Amino acid sequence: MIDIIRSLGRWGLGSLQRLGRGHLFLFHVLAGVPGLFLRFSLVVQQLFSVGVLSVLLILISGLFVGMVLGLQGYNTLVDFGAEESLGVLVSLSLVRELGPVVAGLLFAGRAGSALTAEIGLMKSTEQLSGMEMMAVDPLRRIIAPRFLAGLISMPLLAALFSAVGIYGGFLVGHGLLGVDDGAFWSQMQVKTDWYGDVLNGVIKSIVFGFVVTWIALFEGYDATPTSEGVGRATTRTVVHSAFAILGLDFVLTALMFGEG
Amino acid sequence: MQNKSTEITVGMFVAAGIVALFVLAMKVSNLAEFNDDTGYQVVAEFENIGGLKVRSPVTMAGVRVGRVADISLNAETYNAQVTINLYGSFDNIPTDTAASIYTAGLLGEQYIGLEAGAEEEYLEEGSVIDLTQPALVLEQVIGQFLFSKAEGED
Repeated sequence: MIDIIRSLGRWGLGSLQRLGRGHLFLFHVLAGVPGLFLRFSLVVQQLFSVGVLSVLLILISGLFVGMVLGLQGYNTLVDFGAEESLGVLVSLSLVRELGPVVAGLLFAGRAGSALTAEIGLMKSTEQLSGMEMMAVDPLRRIIAPRFLAGLISMPLLAALFSAVGIYGGFLVGHGLLGVDDGAFWSQMQVKTDWYGDVLNGVIKSIVFGFVVTWIALFEGYDATPTSEGVGRATTRTVVHSAFAILGLDFVLTALMFGEG
Repeated sequence: MQNKSTEITVGMFVAAGIVALFVLAMKVSNLAEFNDDTGYQVVAEFENIGGLKVRSPVTMAGVRVGRVADISLNAETYNAQVTINLYGSFDNIPTDTAASIYTAGLLGEQYIGLEAGAEEEYLEEGSVIDLTQPALVLEQVIGQFLFSKAEGED
């Protein structure tokens, strides 16, 4: 009995400690970010591996998500003779929700897991301690550029996802199902608000980028320095990122669109 | 050389992202309309606005000339007070213009239709449109129809 309570206590203390380490880690990284603008080439390098390499995945998924939205939305709307509203349906669902959320999940799977594995491997091969030996702060030299790159990439990827998805919906709606293209675009423009819809979607994607990159980097930095530990940390990154994105999405949606 | 091509692709990535945002702004959302800040506001009172909402379109002969900016209740007359934002390029709308609330299609959204009058003077900031026609509430119409039908049978 006592053992159960003790293990529960150990688990609770361990989680709290992890949470505290995670926040301290975040503060150290944030403190390192301003210095990066002097050596921006470090960030550019990471923008390549975090952002550019995710573009193809984002574009293809966005296109297909938009096309599916077009098909499914048409089937429902045509019953009400409202197939002209297809543009509104596609654009609002992509810009408000699917763009940031699905792009965030894909980003966590593609870039987040890679970041964790990379940092975790650096730790287990003692490259990070080696840097400390040479009086180079790995948080500033390794972690901070990756963090900033993730923060910059995520809104751009989400915007690409939404834009491509809307064209995918247009392709299916206009090309395959014969929705009038003028009505498609004009209704979309009437109903989609720049501040209320598009900018809120961008804010969501920035928040998701922040959280996913933070989780990924911390999991890598905090990983047990064995091959098994790195594997577990990578799994945890994807799982925790997915939880964080979906949970935060609900909170943000309630704050942004709850009154409407 | 490797570094150079990395920088080029990153530049292309950032540019593509910004273009996507620009497409969302110009093609998908209504940002282009906000640039027209030369508009002016007029007020119209309606007995019943039905399902009219803020940002509903205001049209004249089917052409969009403005948007509903605000809806409130006039505490003295118990009428709905609708503030209309008209675009600055339509500055020659006569003062005796009539405003009616119509529905686009059977289930579509409601909008305000303006019909030009014959006055020489034009609407300007703060003008009031006196000639208004309330929204057609479908339940009332059906109710009246059934009522008159029942009377006719007697």
